[in-house]
Parts: sequence; structure tokens; C-alpha cells
Amino acid sequence: MNPTPSMASPSPEPPSTRRLVVRLLLVVAAAFAFGWAMVPFYDVLCRVTGLNGKTPGFQAGGLAGAEAASRIDPTRTVTVEFTGTVMPGLPWDMRPLTASVDLHPGELQQVKYLVRNTSDHTIVGQAIPSVSPGQAAQYFHKLDCFCFRQQTLAPGESREMPLTFIVKPEIDRDIRQITLSYAFFNIEEPRREAR
Amino acid sequence: MDIATRHPAEQHAAHPAGLLRWLTTTNHKEIGTLYLSFSLVMFFVGGLMILAVRAELFQPGLQLMRPELFNQLIGVHALVMIFAALMPAATGFANWMIPLMIGAPDMALPRLNNWGFWLLPPAALLLTMPFVLAFFGVGSGAIDTGWTFYAPLSIQGGMGIDFAIFAVHLLGISSIMGSINIIATIFNLRAPGMTLMKMPLFAWGWLITAFLLIATIPVLAGAVTMLLTDRHFGTHFFKAAGGGDPILFQHLFWFFGHPEVYILLLPVWGLIPHILSAFTRKPIYGYKAQVWSFVAIGVLSVIVWAHHFFTAGMPVPALIYFMFSTMSISLPLAVLFFCWIATMWRGSMSFETPMLFAVGFIVLFGIAGLTGLVLADVAADAQYHHSYFVVAHFHYALFAGGIMGVMAGVYYWLPKWTGRMYSETLGKWHFWLTVVSFNLTFMPQFFLGLAGMPRRIPDYALQFAEFNAISTVGAFILGLSQLLFAWNVVQCMRGSGQRAESRVWEGAQGLEWELPSPPPHHTWEVQPEVK
Amino acid sequence: MVDCAEDIPKPAAVWRRALPIALLAASAGAFADFTWNFPEPVTPVAHETLKIHNEFMIIITVLFTVVFAIMIYSMVKHRRSSGHQAARFSGPRGALQWFWVLVPFAILLFIDFILMGIPAVHALMEMEDTQSRADMVLKVTGMQWKWQYEYPDSEIKFVSNLTTPADQIANADPKGENYLLEVDNPVVLPVGKKVRVLLTSTDVIHTWWVPQFGVKRDAIPGFLRETWLKIDQPGTYRGQCAELCGKGHGFMPVVVEAVPEADYLAWVEKRKSMQQAAASAGDRTWSKDELMAKGKEVYDKICATCHQPDGKGLPGAFPAIAGSKVVNQALFGADGKPARDSHVDRVMNGKPGTAMQAFKTTLNDVELAGVITFQRNSFGNQQGDMIQPAQIKALR
Repeated sequence: MNPTPSMASPSPEPPSTRRLVVRLLLVVAAAFAFGWAMVPFYDVLCRVTGLNGKTPGFQAGGLAGAEAASRIDPTRTVTVEFTGTVMPGLPWDMRPLTASVDLHPGELQQVKYLVRNTSDHTIVGQAIPSVSPGQAAQYFHKLDCFCFRQQTLAPGESREMPLTFIVKPEIDRDIRQITLSYAFFNIEEPRREAR
Repeated sequence: MDIATRHPAEQHAAHPAGLLRWLTTTNHKEIGTLYLSFSLVMFFVGGLMILAVRAELFQPGLQLMRPELFNQLIGVHALVMIFAALMPAATGFANWMIPLMIGAPDMALPRLNNWGFWLLPPAALLLTMPFVLAFFGVGSGAIDTGWTFYAPLSIQGGMGIDFAIFAVHLLGISSIMGSINIIATIFNLRAPGMTLMKMPLFAWGWLITAFLLIATIPVLAGAVTMLLTDRHFGTHFFKAAGGGDPILFQHLFWFFGHPEVYILLLPVWGLIPHILSAFTRKPIYGYKAQVWSFVAIGVLSVIVWAHHFFTAGMPVPALIYFMFSTMSISLPLAVLFFCWIATMWRGSMSFETPMLFAVGFIVLFGIAGLTGLVLADVAADAQYHHSYFVVAHFHYALFAGGIMGVMAGVYYWLPKWTGRMYSETLGKWHFWLTVVSFNLTFMPQFFLGLAGMPRRIPDYALQFAEFNAISTVGAFILGLSQLLFAWNVVQCMRGSGQRAESRVWEGAQGLEWELPSPPPHHTWEVQPEVK
Repeated sequence: MVDCAEDIPKPAAVWRRALPIALLAASAGAFADFTWNFPEPVTPVAHETLKIHNEFMIIITVLFTVVFAIMIYSMVKHRRSSGHQAARFSGPRGALQWFWVLVPFAILLFIDFILMGIPAVHALMEMEDTQSRADMVLKVTGMQWKWQYEYPDSEIKFVSNLTTPADQIANADPKGENYLLEVDNPVVLPVGKKVRVLLTSTDVIHTWWVPQFGVKRDAIPGFLRETWLKIDQPGTYRGQCAELCGKGHGFMPVVVEAVPEADYLAWVEKRKSMQQAAASAGDRTWSKDELMAKGKEVYDKICATCHQPDGKGLPGAFPAIAGSKVVNQALFGADGKPARDSHVDRVMNGKPGTAMQAFKTTLNDVELAGVITFQRNSFGNQQGDMIQPAQIKALR
């Protein structure tokens, strides 16, 4: 190999290169922003399409009872089942007082969950709903739900927690059974401890 | 644009020697060598990890390690092989060869190039250090979630996850720097007369790769940053408790993760036609078709990501969309296969080691492509998913399609880089041992998956014992065979072996063969004219 | 009893035997031991899946053979050593060549979207069928590292743990026939009924998989997923968790016993009365020996995985029971209740953020009383006291 000279410091880039680099960096920044923008976008997408079994949240001035009544579809019945999971870290018991109801789409329904704090201290919990099959979620309209707000239970306290809902008549004819599940979390999530 | 006048051949006598030279170098050939050497070392590091895993899986029962260590080894093996072996190898090729092939005096951004490389060793250290720390009783070891970081398992894990997140950040920054550099070099420093559609396919493959990298690596960086804040700062991006969603992580991860497969493979697809053309002594068939296939694959790769988690549950229309968009990738890929075989057709073939690896690549990568086609089918995927079938599939894609392609490139260009011919006998031994032991390792894994063995388990039911034993034997032969490769490369680097001519392979086409072997420190200071 | 290990590939898969697989030659004698295709399907979805799988395997094998036969022909014929001169073409010229170039892609389009696409969509619609009503519901909850099953219709709820002894895993004992695929409480399901399976998880993502059902679906914490199955023949079907979920990922099998409907109904009754008996067993006073025996049983099954059979734990990962500060403190505080972070509290409510779970959700009163009593009086711990199931019940 010939002893060829080296350049100690490369010459500065020409303007065309600098312009290109700036543009590419903008692409990088845009891609990074896109990743973060996916978070709210995905949430909206889920709520609109039921992509992940997420139900629409509280909607002020939702369907009025009368309006809903006129839209009942008596030609078919949908079974709605209720279940729940108490997540670790929340010493509560929960069970639906009604395991399932058969209803016509458009009918207003109310069911209750019985929740009991089995510990000796006051705990605040939050229920997160999930509906299966996911496609049904967007038609599962909750008028009032204990999951809209945090729930505080005193030691040993039991409470019946109500849920008022309508399964919208637009729901896919192929869906015969819907399950609504609540995952109840302790909102004072304990700090992770080193393992 | 007259580039030559921008780089006057200044006579700097003081060239730093020793380690400092390598730390401060801005020369594309030296940086290329750094990347390739780093890649070779990490290839063996990642290989050793998986040999430990295969040894554990030789027989049912736990013999060598606890499940915790097993989970760490499989995850770090993947991260090391993908980010520290395969990607740096491709970047090393780009550094060495793109300026030579397109007649550029160096990369467009030489200092950036230097930083891009020197981020890698710290990143590799971050990935592997938790093993050492755990050995001395600090922390619970390296990342134990597999390379996919799936939340909430990754939220639960120990500090190895944080190390891996920072490593991914560093590796990502390095890749983005490298990509910007390559794009700038290709756009601004091509020899006069070399239009984009006259550019070597290798440069085209890398151009698409670079664009995929800058479009998807930042998304991964964002996702792991969210993971980090979920772990330590009480956010709820991926925790259902606060309204977050673990599946969101999978969407973000695979939005990067699927293009990543093509990021690893496109440089190889660019390189293979050059080798085929050289050893068939015939022009590349369907140049334009291949370029447009690269572009099509690049575009398709960012719209098919959800096929990586069909079992997570999705609405039927989404399943059908992802199924058919994934199947569509088979079309541009088939164009490439067609062009490769058509390049060979009616050529005057000889089978030196690079050609052997190229042909081996085509056949075995064909198996990866065809099994990928069946994996796209949602119903059948329910059986393949998370099973050893998938493990076998992506090793056919990434070992046969990636690493064997890289090895074809190394044998092809090694005489150019070092000025020495490697030992053809050893090369052929290396090839045949690799091909046979590779299939011995991974073919049984297809059957294991079909029979129902989940992936990532440290111990398995008795019905899987025979195939696992075969696979482990294959893996050890495969691992040991690579020592021949390392020996062959090191011998050339040490300057033993026959001297290579400037046109190493009589049928080889391209500007790089106009230069002496090894090329001088500075090349194409006067850019060649391409007609 | 049907066992995954003994399955013989369906006739449709026999073509695969023709594949020249050199690696099998070495062990041709033991050929029968190799299961190498899907196990025998027992649900409509699994039948469908196996059918399309076999068809697709034939398609890709034909594609592979044709494409590489052409390539190998070329490699043999067009060699320099046999004096072949290289042609100079670099693309199709003329209408005829273009025709030959485009035909393969037309064929591939047909294969992708018709030959494979239509059966694939058909199988998918079958798999995602919500149109026909289910006869019953099974709720599956993944937990690190066990499955909990609930039958909402009959209020049955139990946890299914791996029963393979630690000695077999550590190679100290010979491995049993169903090594790693055996549980204490298998799921019992009636044959011929459509079962809607709901899935969720309480910690990380798990995946419920029984290969013979053709069903694999993720259990995601905080979210509900569903799938369905209709088993068409009685038998015991075994599967595993398929998503990496931590150190116990390889050790949380799924075992389903499919029985005729009458047997299923009998099982439901038996299970219900067992649950009642377990509840009332807690009402009587247990002797210390009884508690110790029960406790050892529970400890070996549940606790020993982490805290080790000798109670010494694993330094840096899992604390020891032997000489533990938590274990060796008073059962109850001055107010007559267990103090926070006392032994009883720890076992019942777990330690959030660690692998120590709240076992009151998965163990009954007798099991809890037993294991607490056992830990206090074993491995060198000499508290000498005990706790009664009734006391546990009062604490719930």
C-alpha cells in the first residue's frame, strides 16, 4: 500500500449537502413525532372502530331515553354477559349481580356489580372496561358507569355499582353475544421495588 | 459539480498512529473496516450466547442454567445479532464500497461517519454489561423480555431493560447518522454521468434501506422512551390501569420491526446481483425491475406490520387487510428471484466461494420467503405463531438471507479490501459446513413448531426431544464452522496469501474494480466519468 | 386418551415424507417418535387450519421445486467448465419474451389471492365466527405462571398449576410421560358444545394455546379477548403458554379434558360440592399435624418454585423462608389483626411489584392456613404456633 497522505480535517460540506442533511433530519424528527402522535391517534382509532375492545367513554347528552326507545330493534336479541377481574394489588372482591341479560338492541338496561373492600384500609380503585368481541365495543354505549370515575371504598365496605347502557341498534347482525369485562385497578400503584 | 477541486490533495504528513488513528479516522475505508471488524466480533458474541441456549435445549430438563438466564440470553442474542452484527456489517459494506462503486472520494459527512461508528461499542457494552453486573450481584441481569420488549413484561423487568433501552437509543442514533451519510453520499457525490438509474444495485439497496431507517428507527426510539417513562415516571402509555394499552406497544414496535427485516436484507439483495453477474460473466438481468422492486418492498414494508401479532385479536377487516398486504410482498420479492435466476440463465458460471454463498443464499432465502407466505394466513398463523416454526422461518430469512449474503459479499470484496486472496479451499469448506449445519439446525425447528413447541421456552415436553437434539448438534457445527471464516478473513488482513489483482474476478463489473487491490487511502479524488 | 405425542400425521401430510431430508436419515429407525406436522385436529377450526396448512405446504413445495429445478438446470448446463459461453441479454426483448416473463407473476398473483387467499379467508371467517350462539362460556385468566379458569354459568372457579415435580425438571428423577404438560386441575369441557373462550390476564401478556384445537389467543392484562372451540371427540388435550411471560413461561401448561355432556354435568356437580366442602372444611378446627401436612403439599406445589424446596430461596432474586424476618414474627398484632407486612399479610396479599402474589385470590382458607403454619415450623423456623382456616376466613 502506498503511503498516501491523509486529510487531518475534512473540508466543510458543500451547501447542497448541508441542505440535504437538514431535510433528512426533518424526516427523522417527523418520524419521531409520528411515533408519539400514534398514541392519541391509536386511542381515537380504537374508540371509533373498536379495534381493541375499548368502549366509547362518557358522552354528555348521549342518547335520550325516548329517542332510544323509538330505535329499539325488536327483531333480534343480543346476549350481554358481565364479568370482572380484580387486578393484583387491590384487595377487593367484585362480581356482577347479573351474570347476563338478553336484550333487544336499542333497549336501555341497568345492571349492578357488587364490590367489597376486604382490606382494613380505605382504597381508591378505578375500573377499566373492555368489550369482546372488539367490533361490538363501538356500539356499546354507556350512559352512566362506575368506571367513569374513581371509586373509594372504606375498610370492609360493600357497594353496588350501577351501569346503565344501550347496545346501539346499528350493531353488526353477526354479533350475538357480547361480554363486558371490568379490570379493577388500585390507583395508588405501589412503587416498583428492586427485585 | 467538480468534486475533485474540493478535496485538494493536501499533504498532511502527521497521521495519528495506533489506537488514536482508529478513534479519529474519517476515512471511509478505515471506518468500513472498523464496522466490519466490530460486526465479526459481535457475531461471535451473539453466537456464543445462543450456543449456550442450544446446549440447554439439547435434552429436556434444566441442565445448565435457570430460566431467568435463558430468557436473557435469547433476548440479547437477538439484539446483538440484529443491531451489532448484521446492521454494522451492512454499514461496513456501505462505507467501504459505496464511495468506490459510485466514484466518490469519500462519504459526504466523514466526521459524522466516525461518530456513527464509535457509538456502537458503548451500545454493545450496555447490552452485555448487565450479565457481568449480575455475576457480581448487582441487578438481576440483562433484558429478559426477548428482543421485542413487549409491555407489560418489560415494565415489570429489572434494570437490564433500562440498559437495553439506552443501548437501542445509541444504536438508533448511530444508524440514523449512517443513513443520512449514505443518502447524502449517493445524492451528492456520484461520479459525473452516473445517473440514479445507472447506479450499482448495491447502492440502490442501501438507499432504500437508509430511507427506511430514518423513517422507522425514530418510531422505535419513541416507543422505548415511552416504555422508559412507564417504568420510572408513572406514565401509562402501555399500562391498562391508567387507560394505556399494551397492544399499542406492539403496533409501535412492529411499525419499526417489520421494515427492520428489510433494512437487514435490502443491502444483501443489492449485493447478490453483482456477485451473480461476476461469476456468470453476464450482465445483471432486469436492473430496472430490481430497482422498482426495492422501492415497492420499501413501501409495502411499512404497511404490513400487524401480521406480527395476529393472535392478539383484531377485527376481521383488519386481519384480512394485513393478510393480503403481507402476501403482496411476495410479488416484488418474486421479481428479485426471477432476476437472480435469469442472470444465471445461459451464463458461463464458475463457483468460487462468493458464488457458492450467493447460490446458497438464493435457495435458503427462498425457503424463508415461501414459509413467510404461509405465515401471512391468519388461520394457519394461529398455529405457527409464537412457535418454533416462526423461529425457523426468520433464521432462514436472517441467517441464510442476511448473514450468508453478507459472507458472499465478504468473500467477493475481501481481496479488494486487503489485496490478498483468501484460501479458496477453506472458503469452500466453510460454505458446505455452513449450509449443511444450518439446515441441520433449523429444518427440525420447522417440524418442532408444527408439532406444537412454543418458542422461548427453556425446557420442553418429551415429544420434542429428538428434533431439539439434532438442532443443537447442528448449531454447534454451525458455530464452529464460522471459525474457518474468521481464520480466512484474518489471514487476508495479516497479508498472507496470494496477491490480488485490481480486477479480482474476471467477470466483475463496476468502478471498484478499476482501482488497485487494496485501493490507496484516498480514491477517486478525480472522479471518473461514467458514460 | 388422545395424546399429542403419539399423533400420526394425517394422510394429507404424507407427501411430506417424500421430502429428502438428510437429517432424518441418521435416525430413520426412530422415525415414529418424530411428530412433525400439526397434531390430530379435534375442532372445526383445527380441521380447517390443518387442511389449508397442508394445501399451502404442497403449493410452496411445488413452487420451490419448480423454481429451483430451473436454477439447478442452469447451474449444471451453463458452466464455464463445460465450455458454455455467456449470453449478453439483460432483460426481456420482444413480445414472446415479455410473455414468458409475465406469466410467472400472473401465476403467483393467482396463487396469492385465489389459490391461497380464498381458503385462507374462509378459514379466518370460521375462526372469527360470532354468528352462531355459544352453548357455554369459559373465562381464562393468565397469571404468572398458571391459568385460572372460571365457568360463569356454574360459578366454578379454580387455578390450574403445573404438577411436574421439581426433581424431574432438575433431572434428579426420570421424566414422566406428560412431562411439563400435566396440571393439578385440568379444564373439563363437554364434547360437541360450542364453548366461547374469554381471555384476560392479571399481569403480563400470556397466550393460551392448545395445538389440537387450532386455537391460540393472547390474554392481555386489562383487556378481554375471545375465541371459540367445539371439541368433537373426548380426550385429554395438552398445550402451553405461547407468549414469553417471564421465568415460568415454559412451565404453565394448558390441559383440557373433553368429556361427554353427561359426564361434564356430573363433573360440574362434583366440583360445586367440592368448592362447598372446601369452604366448610375451613369451619372446623384443624390439628397442627393436619395443617403441616396440607401446608407441605401446598408449599411444594406453589412456593418451592421460587423459594426453593429447601426454603433457602435464591439470593438476589427470591428471599429465603428459612430464618426469614417476615415469617419469624408474631402472627397477630396487638389489635388481634395481622400487622401490615407480617407473615399472614404477605402470604395473603402479596408484595406488590414483586413476584410475590396475593395468594388469597388463588388459595382457599385451608391451604393458606396450612402453608403459613408449615412455613412457621419448618426449615429451622420454630415459631410453634399455627393459624386456623377459620381465622383466615375472618380476614378475607
